[in-house]
Order: sequence, then structure tokens, then C-alpha cells
Amino acid sequence: MEGNMNLTLKVWRQKNKKVNGKLETYKVAGISEDMSFLEMFDVLNERLVSEGTEPISFDHDCREGICGMCSMYINGQPHGPLQGVTTCQLHMRSFKDGDTIVVEPWRAVAFPVIKDLVVDRSSFDRIIASGGFVSVNTGNAQDGNSLPIPKDDADKAFMAAACIGCGACVSACKNASAMLFVSAKVSQLSLLPQGQPERQDRAMKMVAQMDAEGFGTCTNTGACAAECPKEISLENIARLNREYLGASLGSTN
Amino acid sequence: MSNKLDAKIPEGPIADKWTKYRSTVPLVNPANKRSLEIIVVGTGLAGASAAATLAEMGYKVKAFCFQDSPRRAHSIAAQGGINAAKNYQNDGDSVYRLFYDTIKGGDYRSREGNVHRLAEVSGSIIDQCVAQGVPFAREYGGLLSNRSFGGTQVQRTFYAAGQTGQQLLLGAYSGLERQVGIGNVTMYTRHEMLDVVTIDGKARGIIAKNLVTGELERHFGHSVLLCTGGYGNVFYLSTNAMGSNVTAAWKAHKKGANFANPCYTQIHPTCIPVSGDHQSKLTLMSESLRNDGRIWVPKKQNDTRLGNDIPEEERDYYLERRYPAFGNLVPRDIASRAAKERCDAGYGVGASKMAVYLDYAYAIERYGKIEANKKNMHNSSKEEISEMGKAVVKEKYGNLFDMYKQITGEDPYELPMRIYPAVHYTMGGLWVDYNLMTNVPGLYALGEANFSDHGANRLGASALMQGLADGYFVIPYTIGSYLSSEIRTKAIPTDHPAFVEAEKAVQERITKLLNIKGKQSPESFHKRLGKIMWEKCGMARSEKGLKEAIAEIQALKNEFWSDVRILGDADEFNPELDKAGRVADFIELGELMCVDALNRNESCGGHFREEYQTEEGEALRDDENYMYVSAWEYEGESKWNLNPEPLVYENIKIAQRSYK
Repeated sequence: MEGNMNLTLKVWRQKNKKVNGKLETYKVAGISEDMSFLEMFDVLNERLVSEGTEPISFDHDCREGICGMCSMYINGQPHGPLQGVTTCQLHMRSFKDGDTIVVEPWRAVAFPVIKDLVVDRSSFDRIIASGGFVSVNTGNAQDGNSLPIPKDDADKAFMAAACIGCGACVSACKNASAMLFVSAKVSQLSLLPQGQPERQDRAMKMVAQMDAEGFGTCTNTGACAAECPKEISLENIARLNREYLGASLGSTN
Repeated sequence: MSNKLDAKIPEGPIADKWTKYRSTVPLVNPANKRSLEIIVVGTGLAGASAAATLAEMGYKVKAFCFQDSPRRAHSIAAQGGINAAKNYQNDGDSVYRLFYDTIKGGDYRSREGNVHRLAEVSGSIIDQCVAQGVPFAREYGGLLSNRSFGGTQVQRTFYAAGQTGQQLLLGAYSGLERQVGIGNVTMYTRHEMLDVVTIDGKARGIIAKNLVTGELERHFGHSVLLCTGGYGNVFYLSTNAMGSNVTAAWKAHKKGANFANPCYTQIHPTCIPVSGDHQSKLTLMSESLRNDGRIWVPKKQNDTRLGNDIPEEERDYYLERRYPAFGNLVPRDIASRAAKERCDAGYGVGASKMAVYLDYAYAIERYGKIEANKKNMHNSSKEEISEMGKAVVKEKYGNLFDMYKQITGEDPYELPMRIYPAVHYTMGGLWVDYNLMTNVPGLYALGEANFSDHGANRLGASALMQGLADGYFVIPYTIGSYLSSEIRTKAIPTDHPAFVEAEKAVQERITKLLNIKGKQSPESFHKRLGKIMWEKCGMARSEKGLKEAIAEIQALKNEFWSDVRILGDADEFNPELDKAGRVADFIELGELMCVDALNRNESCGGHFREEYQTEEGEALRDDENYMYVSAWEYEGESKWNLNPEPLVYENIKIAQRSYK
């Protein structure tokens, strides 16, 4: 026992995507406030193994808030109560002794559950594969400093590029829309000169793929940006809408 | 009996080797490329860049990663930057200087030929990334910005805030996904390689496990590229991601690939200290923080005052004191040992006393004054200056400061940060020749998974450089020397006996693991292995400790194979089973690391044997007896054969490394 917090957890358990899941209740004791939320799950899982119960599956990898793998829907909020923080960087000092915490997987048609809290987000990869790149083969590049880019543009592109592809935006959205994710990539590349040649085509293709994957439409409620652990701005969605509209009007297809 | 390893370094002057070799390496014509299949395991910087580039060239590529998306590979977490000899700052940088700094930084234990090539291609990496739309930091004039890293006296590090690895990986990932979209790469996510298939001594494919369904799959390739990263997680606690593992490299090793310099481990000096037994991983605070931060401990032992309460004259800036020429920017191995030395001597800070301060008070004041001058505010108050200074620091390092605050609950803008060294990177890895091919024909290792460029200590911002160099600019050329002779090899059907046998062996091991039905979790064995490794094969090693460690690891291995408990089934998503397989491989690797550390009776770079140090406590090399790469050949359980590859220095004068 390292700490003195006692908590009640209600966790979504689901063996695989073919069967129904349900919330199970677990009591955890002796939690230290210096633990991360995932370390609290480690403690619970160790105990479940010792009791002969299968541990709870959850996605996680870097545990420093950058890989985008962790994905818990905590008390009705993707990545829990803090702003700008992923589940792995959420620490138990954000909770109180005696709290009940409900933990569910991301919920979206385009993110089917694999097991317990683990979902399939390969739809995001397919969106990127549809157009989220600059078509430049290795070896074609000119000198890096031959193309000056105003600092302000570079900074804005960087802010959009900071998206970690975790899917919290989709999970937060009542329509399960992926507009924030798509718009972040479209914005990054349309703000930079390198992205200009394919600018219109990119917006059209990525939006088409997003629709094909079964993500919902955007109704501008802004929950995505409010819950985004990297604080990707809603301005990106406005920019994507302009890009898309411009592309549709200018399309030669 | 040792076998002679041929590194295949091209003849000729160092500056011409690569250019000349690249122009003479056999080519594969476009039509033949379409029928040659390449398997790439791992999608970090090395794997993603290699897979994308080889696909662009026309090869048929299959790429594998254990994560749910190639974008999550642990390269994504690299913070500080990427080196390149561009000399944009006009501060005297050159290919030769980058080459020299890297060889010296590696404590004269890396290959001249490979390192020079790395320095030569470094500039092209930056160009390629810029062209992909990687948003590097820029100056107001629109040009690329640079900063300094340890072990150098020039500014050659390119960066994107504290998220350089993320931006570079997303660049490589977008290139990879572009090829997936076109259909030149088939991507297998949530797949783990569990064996290399060899036919007539050549690598011809892999056995992979679909981690979602538990199914084993057979995949053929004319060659196999392992881009599977390092093995720092053998220590349990490290800055690596939870899933980072040695399994792919270890399977290759057991199929005949030599493992080189396994004991060379990088302990990074600036990580957030351990807070308790629950700790699952450690978090790095980028080396770039040493540009502006000052490291110190109290001059008095067991000083219990808070950092801010200790007056200036009672602080010991021990790096500046011991190494005036490089100060806080000495290489990582030296900074780590110096921190350990102070803490062991009783000068540590914080509750655990196993930490030193990284202080930003000076930087905040300095930047604040510069800002005040820029704004013509010459009568600014101390508070105003401090506010302006904090804003500058926030722009440069904001995300790192936020992360520190989130983890420790302390505000680094107000209090000095507490830091302590932690396992970060492994210089050792699969032995490769100049072509990046292991001694198993057709089997390659790229990036951190190989051993070739960093000697006994890697300089900061060089891992990203090496990963991308290998993937974008080295393998696309060097693979031709092998594949040009494979154009007549038709795809081998996967019902070939070698595939059947390899799959059967993998299946049997899984069944064996599940049938142990013991009492202890895979995690608990991993923790215990980590403790042995950290205490006896960590920052300081001794003959006695290493011998004890070997015995303890062998005992742990027996216990693992008789008492591990894995719940769940083989034919489903089962992270416990995957973890158990990885821990079993780490245990075997741990033993080899200790064997290697015991064999190397000298101190060099990250390998510090207590018996071999100068009077000032610096690493004492033995060039006469140990100027070689230790390549270990697997000969059976706990048995290895040493194949030394002598290191030849024709262009750099060997000296005792000094940063004073």
C-alpha cells in the first residue's frame, strides 16, 4: 500500500466485438496520489491476476502523452477531467478518496471495440492514406533553407500538427465526427507552401474517406476541441470548411 | 573459436567511401523491383522511412507494427531534436566535425566508415523532412532555427518545440500511408513478429502473430528489415514506451544473427525521478533543457532546505566546476555519472535524496532582461523581468514544463526541477555490416535495432538522425547489393517446410507459456529482472556484481518458466500473453548484457566498470585490448561465442576523451 485513497471503479468489460459488454465494479484501495491513472489500473490488474480474474485490457504505450494510444472515457469525458492532458498523464491527485469513477472505451461506429477498453482506430490511418501527405519521394528535396516560411505560418502549422491521433475528438462528439482530426492535418499542410500543389485534392479526398468510414457530420458544438488533449483549435475546422468549399467550387471533376 | 566478421567497409579515403560505393553498388531494374518483396518490421523513424522509400522505388513492401497504428512507434516520443551538419549558423560546423564529435562522443568505439556516412547524409534528412511539411522551428526571417545539444560546441540541432520525434515520425508516417494508399505497401498493425524464417541460410520471411485474433501468420520476403528499436525496457523502468521490446531482434539472434555490444546502455541524465514502487515508466526531460538550465546540488551533505532557500554561495554547480569547457552540456554518460556520484556521496535533493536540481531561475532572469531591452523597458521591476523571462522559456520548453508539473505536482517556473538519470537508449544491437545487413544474408537491422553508429555512448539528437539516415538514404542503396542477386528467386510459397516448422515452434512456445499456470504475473518477473539489471548492470558495474547478476538471472529464468501465470486464451486479444513472451526474451538478453559487460574489462562511454577509472573518476579505456566490437553468436542456452570485430581508426587520433 503506497497511498491512502480508496476508490470504486466501474469499468467496461467486453470479451470481443461480437458479444455484449457491461460495466463491472471494482474496489481499489491504497492508491497514492502520485500514481498516474494507468498505474492505478496496473495495480488493479496485478490484483485481478492474483485472484485469477482476467485483467482489464486497455491501450497504452508511451505513457508520456504523445503516442496517442491511451484512450479511456473517464466519468463521461475522454481522457478524464483535466484539460490538455491524456489519460496516461492524468494523476490520481485529480481525484478524491472515496470517488466512484466510470471508465468506458471510446464510443463510435468507426471505432469498434476490440476488447474491454481497446478500440480499433485504423479508420484514422485510412483517412491519412487517402490524402494526408505531401507527395514527395525521397531524394527530391531542395535545400531546407531555400524556402523561407514566415514564423507565424510555421507556428500555426505546428500547432495543428501537434494532433496525436488519439480519437478523443470523435469520442467527445455527439455525432462521432472526425472533423477535428481531419482538419488538423488539412490545416497543417495548407498553411505551408509545400502543401499547396495538392491542397484542394487533399481536402476532398480526406473528407470523402472520413464519410466512407462512418464518422458523423460536424454540427459545430465544439466538444472536440474542448476535450482534445493537445488543444487543437476549432479554427482548424473552419479552415477545413473553407478548403473543402473552395475545392468543391474549383473542382474540375 | 571466433568467426571473422566482414564489415565490408569500402576502400578509399573516408570522405569518398560512401559516394563511390553508392555509385557502384549494383542496381535492380524497375521491372524486377516489382517482383521483389521486402518485409519491414517496426514503423518508427527507421522502419517508416525505409518502407516508404523502398515502396517509392518500386519494391513490394509489407510493413508490421505491434501498435494500433504505425504513427505510435516510440520514435514519436523523442523530444529535443535532430542533428545535421548544415552549418546554417555559420559557427564552423562541417561533415567532418559531426563525424568527429560522434566518434569522440561514442568514446572511440564506433566504426569510422559508418559514422562518416551518417554525417554526410545528415543534411539531406532535413531537406527531405522540410519537403514533407514537417513544421520545424523557424526564425522570424523564415529560416530554420537551431539549438545546441550535449557533446558539441556548435548549434546543429533542428527541432520542433519539444516534439521533434513526433513531427519527424508523422512525416515518415505520412509517406508510408501514401504508399499504403497507392497499394505499394501492405500494412499490418497490431502484429508482432515472433520468428525469422531462414531457408538455406538466408532470411526468407517471418512468422507474425495477429495480436487481435491470436492467429499466427506466415509472410514471405526476399529480405527482412528489422527496425524494431532498442531494448532499454530490459531494465523495466526506462524512458521507453511500455510496449518497446527486444523480441524481434532476439528471435533473429537465436536464428544466427550476432548481437553486438549489448552492454552499451545510455543512461540519460535528465529524467523525472522515481516517485514510488507503483512507477511503471520514467519520463525524460529533454536534453535541450541543459542549454539554458543549470544543474546543481547543495554544498552541504544531507541539506534538507528547499532549493529556493539555499543561497547562491552554498550551491555546487558540479558540472560547471568539473568540466568548464562544456559545462552543463557534457555528454550524457558523463552528466549521468556525475549526478550519481553526488547523490551517492550524500548531496542528493528531494524526499528520496536521489535527485539533483535543474534550475531555470537564471535563464528566466537572463531572457527577461533581453526582452526588456528589446522592448526598451529599461526600468522594469524584478517581477516584470521574471514574467517576460517566463514567457520566453514557455515558448521554448512549454510542453516539457507542463509535463513536469503534471507528473510531480510542482511548478518548474517557480521551483528548480528535480532530475535523476534513467535508462533511455541502447547503443548495442544486432551486428550489421556497412550495408546494414546482419551476418544472416537478407536480414537487415536499421535504427536503434542495430549497433553501428554510436559506439559506447550516443550524443543527443543523433538517434533521430540515424533512424532516418538508415531508412531514407542508406538502405535504399545498399539493399541493391543483395537483391540484385535475388532477381531469379521466385516468391517462396509459405507451405515450405521452413515456414511450417518455424510456425510450429512459435505455437509450441505459446502453448508452453499458457500451460505453466503458475502464480506470478509476467509484470512481476519483469520488475524483478529490471531491479537486477539496474543495480548490477546499470550506471556502474563490477566483476562481482555482474557474476551475481548472471546467477540471479538464470534463477529468475527457471522461476519464470515454472511459475508464470498467464490468464486468457491464445486465440484472442491477450496482452498478458504478449507481455510474457517479451519478458522471457528480456530475461535471456539480460544475461547476455551481463556476459558482455563482464567480458569488457575497461570503462568506455555508457559502460562503466568500477575497477577501471582514472583518479578523477572518469572512464578508463583499454584501447590495447578492447578496441573491438563484441559480436556475440548464440550457441545454445546461456552459451555464446564472442566474435570480435577490430575497430580501425585511420582518420581520427585516439585520445582520452576530455570535456574539461
